[in-house]
Amino acid sequence: MQPTNRSSRILLPVKLWFIYFSLILALGFAYVPTGTFPGVPDWVALVLAFWCIREPLRIGMGAGFVFGLLVDIGQGAAMGQHALAYVVVAYLAGRFARRLMWFPLLQQALHVLPMLLAAQLLMVIVRLLAGAEFPGWLYFLSSFTSVLLWAPMSFLLLLPQYQPVERDDNRPI
Amino acid sequence: MSLVGHQPPPIFKRGPAPLARLMLLVCVCLALLVADLKFRYLEVLRQGLSVATYPLQMAAAKPADFVRNASHYFATLIQVQLDNADLRRQQLGSGERLLRFEQLEQENQQLRGLLEMSQRVGVRSVAAEILYNAPDPFSRKVILDRGAQEGVEPGLAVVDAKGVIGQVTRVYPIQSEVTLLTDRNQAIPVQVLRNGLRGVLFGSGQGRLELRFVIASADIQPGDRLVTSGLDGVFLPGLPVAEVAAVDREAEAFARIVCEPLAGIERSVQVLVLGRAELPPPLPQAAPAEKAEAP
Repeated sequence: MQPTNRSSRILLPVKLWFIYFSLILALGFAYVPTGTFPGVPDWVALVLAFWCIREPLRIGMGAGFVFGLLVDIGQGAAMGQHALAYVVVAYLAGRFARRLMWFPLLQQALHVLPMLLAAQLLMVIVRLLAGAEFPGWLYFLSSFTSVLLWAPMSFLLLLPQYQPVERDDNRPI
Repeated sequence: MSLVGHQPPPIFKRGPAPLARLMLLVCVCLALLVADLKFRYLEVLRQGLSVATYPLQMAAAKPADFVRNASHYFATLIQVQLDNADLRRQQLGSGERLLRFEQLEQENQQLRGLLEMSQRVGVRSVAAEILYNAPDPFSRKVILDRGAQEGVEPGLAVVDAKGVIGQVTRVYPIQSEVTLLTDRNQAIPVQVLRNGLRGVLFGSGQGRLELRFVIASADIQPGDRLVTSGLDGVFLPGLPVAEVAAVDREAEAFARIVCEPLAGIERSVQVLVLGRAELPPPLPQAAPAEKAEAP
């Protein structure tokens, strides 16, 4: 594996426990009570999209469903609301995983933005159908702040897989 | 099963196709949503799973606690002195009113006794503090720092110094969730203080309330105070709720009545969870003590 498919750095294989550990950490961040402050990033969606793009064979919609339910419980939202959104994010991320790995991080972030917006739009539609109040357009700010964090978060989550650069002119790749 | 009777090699076995899996999970999610929002079947599941996520939630709440405590710590002396003076002034005013209240209560009891009406009973209440707004942006809910351990139950009314702010909807072991009156799914039966006209008050978003199902020709005008009617058996009768802000009689059969809440629904911090109106339980210690003394 490489950081992106165009990079010449070789990464160590990912450890499965680290994927789940990072998701649980993101869940902890999602539980921090920020009230109705706008623009708080959706940590779980972001980390989930990241791993679904990096490792589509190891993690997918099932994890999205389970972590979505846990977010629903912690935030007191309707059961299944975040689960639905995260299942869709995981599907879209897995669907575009191979294409996205050819792009540099900033362009990856541009691809992730519509996925997160689609997830938020789904949640709004579901809750409006159930008779809730429209939360205002600032609600969608959360996707944009999440996407700003894509590049630094990619670096952090890949950190355990980096190995020291070998200065060897005869190495084939 | 392939054509010649061989199993496919394991590298090709990845379960159902992604689109099929997506459809299945979306259906499960929609079923969950309907079961929760429409029928409220999933409270047991939610309580059970919340036990598992509880440690993580407690750990995540620590930074918020820290910020809150720090802001308390750095409150200036002047602010405290101002608050103190303000509270003293308020206490003088309410003390005078309390004196009259006691006398009125006595008189009320005697009159009720004369009329052979059932006596009104006192209620037990729990003082609580609003910790933070619930993170769900689609509803107006707050989290209190008192839960099932202090005797908070779902359905109890929550008031601040000026009136009703909402109703307890979910109870966790040491916290509880209150749905504010301004939530779109919250309703409260009220009556007009001036003439006893009854109606049901609904949240209408943007921090406002709406009195529905009142005939357009009804006697109601801007400035009328609305108090709880107590017909639901949940809210005590006579708690102040809202004031009529505007009445539009041009609508169809019913008037469109917009009200402003009296309590600081989106601002207050210290609140009181009122218990149900029922007789106080008998003292549990009394009987064994007598038995011990008898022999």
